[in-house]
Amino acid sequence: MSRDNKTGIELAQVNVWFGEGEERVDAVIDATFSVPHGGSFGLVGESGSGKSTILRAITGLAPTWSGNISVLGSMLGKERDKGFYHDVQMVFQDPYASLHPRQTVDHVLSEALYLHGFKNPDKRIVQILDDVGLEQSFRFRWPHQLSGGQRQRVAIARALIIEPSILLLDEPTSALDVSVQAEILNLLTRLRKERGLTYLMVSHDLAVVSHMCSEMAVMNQGEIVEMLDVEQLRGLKAKHPYTKELLDASVQKRRGKP
Amino acid sequence: MNNLLEVQNLTVKFPTRNGMFEAVRKISFSLGRERLGIVGESGSGKSMTGRAILRLIRRPGILEADHIKLEGEDLLQFSEKAMRQVRGHKISMIMQDPKFSLNPVMRIGEQICEAYRLHAKASKKEAKKKTLDMLEKVLIRDPERVYRAYPHEMSGGMGQRIMIAMMLIPDPKILIADEPTSALDVTVQKEVLEIMDDLVRERGMGLIFISHDLNVVSAFCDRVLIMYAGRVVEICQADRLHEAKHPYTIGLLNSIPQLEHPVEHLQVLQRDDAWSREPSVNGVVKREQAS
Repeated sequence: MSRDNKTGIELAQVNVWFGEGEERVDAVIDATFSVPHGGSFGLVGESGSGKSTILRAITGLAPTWSGNISVLGSMLGKERDKGFYHDVQMVFQDPYASLHPRQTVDHVLSEALYLHGFKNPDKRIVQILDDVGLEQSFRFRWPHQLSGGQRQRVAIARALIIEPSILLLDEPTSALDVSVQAEILNLLTRLRKERGLTYLMVSHDLAVVSHMCSEMAVMNQGEIVEMLDVEQLRGLKAKHPYTKELLDASVQKRRGKP
Repeated sequence: MNNLLEVQNLTVKFPTRNGMFEAVRKISFSLGRERLGIVGESGSGKSMTGRAILRLIRRPGILEADHIKLEGEDLLQFSEKAMRQVRGHKISMIMQDPKFSLNPVMRIGEQICEAYRLHAKASKKEAKKKTLDMLEKVLIRDPERVYRAYPHEMSGGMGQRIMIAMMLIPDPKILIADEPTSALDVTVQKEVLEIMDDLVRERGMGLIFISHDLNVVSAFCDRVLIMYAGRVVEICQADRLHEAKHPYTIGLLNSIPQLEHPVEHLQVLQRDDAWSREPSVNGVVKREQAS
């Protein structure tokens, strides 16, 4: 893979659809945006707006798409090779569903290492548990013995143990309590700083996205309706009516005035 | 008329291999014709409190209380049969996800009619008329179509409106809403809450609003109980939530990222064991006259 150190992820006129003929549903329409290497970008929208579908198209989990997606400067084809998964990893929304219930933390982590042919699994597991703030005693536990926040830490450890440079985050904290959400967001911020990671984060929560990302795209019904940087968002300078509505909803909620 | 509901020293516990686990420990509160919020993290016992009021704690769970009085009558003394008259008719409950609380193989209209006819003696025709009225009240644009539809044809927001319609049609005195909007998008959330708020106010009902979301609760309630590890640690006026004194409440409030006030590092809640040991704050308000 030829590396280009400036762009992390670039999408140009990406369409994703499901079904054919009359059944066809256009989930993503003409999405174009780019995330610089080491940057963090947010996709915001309601359920059904196509934000998670973009992540799935990038990782190859949505097979019917058209347009251009490039990751670290190399264009993606229909198939993803192993090198791709070495560069790009994903953390899913629900830590209760994304970890195998019959595999210990150690098993989950060492499988990832084995698949990517890493040496020294023992040392790496000890190290990564440390990095995500889990004690070593968690290594041989099963998911049911962990809380939601701890599980999400394991999911992040699983993604990061093979040292990717891009992390796709699909609502990483929406299943967690606010106090635990703060811990996970802090962890993600710290890891990004330490490892120079690129984040592409999907969330419905504008406050979370504004905390984590410097730029964001607002999606509605499959289309990107507006691109904003964090300053514009904080200054409540949205132009598109839909973005305004979203902003109103989250600001009012916070101010406690119905 | 005093309080609609009075709960004294409510405890819910579950026997486990490592001894009794107390999900709710000796909490007391009252509810008038007001909107009472219960907030806390998952596992703090807030949902258990809601279910305990309706005596919906399944064995081996144990429910204890000095009394749970609904308009002066102690629900703990009721037979199971009498309880069934209370559930739905006097106190009804809206759960988090409409997908799991509606019957998937029954038309929506029929389900709402059934709820109505269980508690009111009415002919099918009357029930249908009443159902269509109710669907209109929760701002459903085409009640006839929704009446004939199955739950899977509805979105989450619609589903939750249907639940509200179904729960309010027997005209209960108290509505317990357990995370009614957590599964919904922010913009839809607002709509559904407003509908619920209007109907509850209009009918002079008592509302117990259970949520993990401090912001929503402070916007839509009059009084808020904050629960931690099965106890009520603080009671606030909802509009003064930001003046809360208990370190747990303050910690929760500070851990939420805020759009207009960016911070480099979010504050993380530092838990103190003492919070789960200290006794519950008493939430009973003595009311001599109905307000």
